[in-house]
Amino acid sequence: MMNPPASRFPRWLGPVALLAVAYGVLPIFGSSYLFEAILTPFLALSLAAVGLNLLTGYAGQASLGSAAFMAVGAFAAYNFNLRVPGLPLLTSLVLAGFVATALGVVFGLPSLRLRGFYLAVSTLAAQFFVQWALTKFSWFSNNNPSGVIDAPSLTLSGVSFDSSIGRYLFAVTIVVVLTWLAQRLVHTQTGHNFIAVRDNELAAKVIGVPVLRTKLLAFAISSFIIGVAGALWAFAYLRTVEPAGFNLDRSFQVVFIIIIGGLASIRGAFFGAALLVVFPLILSRLGSFLLGDHFDSGVLDMSQHIVLGALIIFFLIAEPDGLVALWDRLKRRLLPIPNNP
Amino acid sequence: MPDFDFLFFAEVLVGGLLAGVMYSLVAIGFVLIYKTSHVLNFAQGSMVLLAALTFVSLLERGVPFWASLLLALAVMVLLGLSIERTVLRPLVNKPPITLFMATLGLSYVIEGVAQLVWGTQVHGLELGIDDKPFEFAGILISKFDLVAAGIAAAMGCAARRAVFAFIRGLKGSSGAGSGRLRLDPRSHRRWPLNWSWRKAF
Repeated sequence: MMNPPASRFPRWLGPVALLAVAYGVLPIFGSSYLFEAILTPFLALSLAAVGLNLLTGYAGQASLGSAAFMAVGAFAAYNFNLRVPGLPLLTSLVLAGFVATALGVVFGLPSLRLRGFYLAVSTLAAQFFVQWALTKFSWFSNNNPSGVIDAPSLTLSGVSFDSSIGRYLFAVTIVVVLTWLAQRLVHTQTGHNFIAVRDNELAAKVIGVPVLRTKLLAFAISSFIIGVAGALWAFAYLRTVEPAGFNLDRSFQVVFIIIIGGLASIRGAFFGAALLVVFPLILSRLGSFLLGDHFDSGVLDMSQHIVLGALIIFFLIAEPDGLVALWDRLKRRLLPIPNNP
Repeated sequence: MPDFDFLFFAEVLVGGLLAGVMYSLVAIGFVLIYKTSHVLNFAQGSMVLLAALTFVSLLERGVPFWASLLLALAVMVLLGLSIERTVLRPLVNKPPITLFMATLGLSYVIEGVAQLVWGTQVHGLELGIDDKPFEFAGILISKFDLVAAGIAAAMGCAARRAVFAFIRGLKGSSGAGSGRLRLDPRSHRRWPLNWSWRKAF
């Protein structure tokens, strides 16, 4: 991959500015609505999309089972927290990630033989199996009759993160750490192996890339990240843990995020998630403004479906590289690079 | 198994098989598209929904039976043609998974449009076919299921012929037909599903 040409700003400026906004500006100026309805779901979905992008965008293994791994992460974190007294929250999050990893490797095994949408369909099996198992065996939800359980309080070594701003900071920290690791990963040999397997499996094998191990590793790492994202989705955003929060639509949502945001791009996951979280809100405001009372929740739901589906088709046809490509083009136009033809 | 009721078993088996023939029609829709264009059409379900909803809603608005059937058919053929034109043709020669994702987006659009136009309420449909079961060799068979399965089987045979003719045509011309994406032939073979949907409603 070519290095981006040196711009007039140093490369560390972007990430540092983002961190400054995330930790400095937003906590001061943000309202609790912003944190609870927009930022926390945005962060959890972004993280899930980062995980899926490693698998689908970089390693080329399509998966429609993201929500299953999110559910496994959330339920595993809940059960570790419940059944192992005194376990720190972060430890149960990490352990939950590893449980999702184990399941991801199991459901990644078909990728050794299947590719393309045959693999996608086999990951659908994960989606249905996990939801069935979580609903069928009430042990997972601590024998709760309704199956909907309250998430435990977010407390790290005595400090409570239960306020809306606390949950946001908790989520943002985990997302920053895992995103940084993912960003590092794609520039290592392993990351290059992912891309080699995606672009041409046979050629990758010829030059000595361990294809089978690379695929399973992609499933493992991606499931870990998605699992932690699921725990965040349940603990920091929904505040409940229930199988219905992780249905097939959630899987599609994560897939849509990486298509719209941009495949094989860590930033793309954030762009796509931002669009998917914000656009229903904009649509509902716009709809009730234009149509008044005719725009009830049913119509909103339908029009969301239509716009979302149309967006997917539009991006696949017109901009397969997603919002990231649009953003880069815009940046090049606004900030021309000096001394560069 | 001391109290194994053979008659009941046969009855359930026959009923299941008859219902299965109707499901097979949806499956034939998949096959027809996949065989001719190598696109896995995820929007199949929502297209079935749109066809059924259009038919039922037209009937409810007082359109005569055959007219609404033809109209629903025409809508589906038009839909198939326009999908081919607007969605699939620009994506020719893209990897199969991209086409699959496009049909996923398509299913969202169709589902939304169908329910936005025709509403989300549950419809009932009376077709004038008696649903009273008749007795055959001691087991009860639903006449309705039998009629629907018969239609479905006939459509299945027609679809089979169409696929073979299409593939033969491709081989005859150049053999390299995987880039051609024709969605239209299958859409109008789905209409008997309108009938089977009565159960779902």
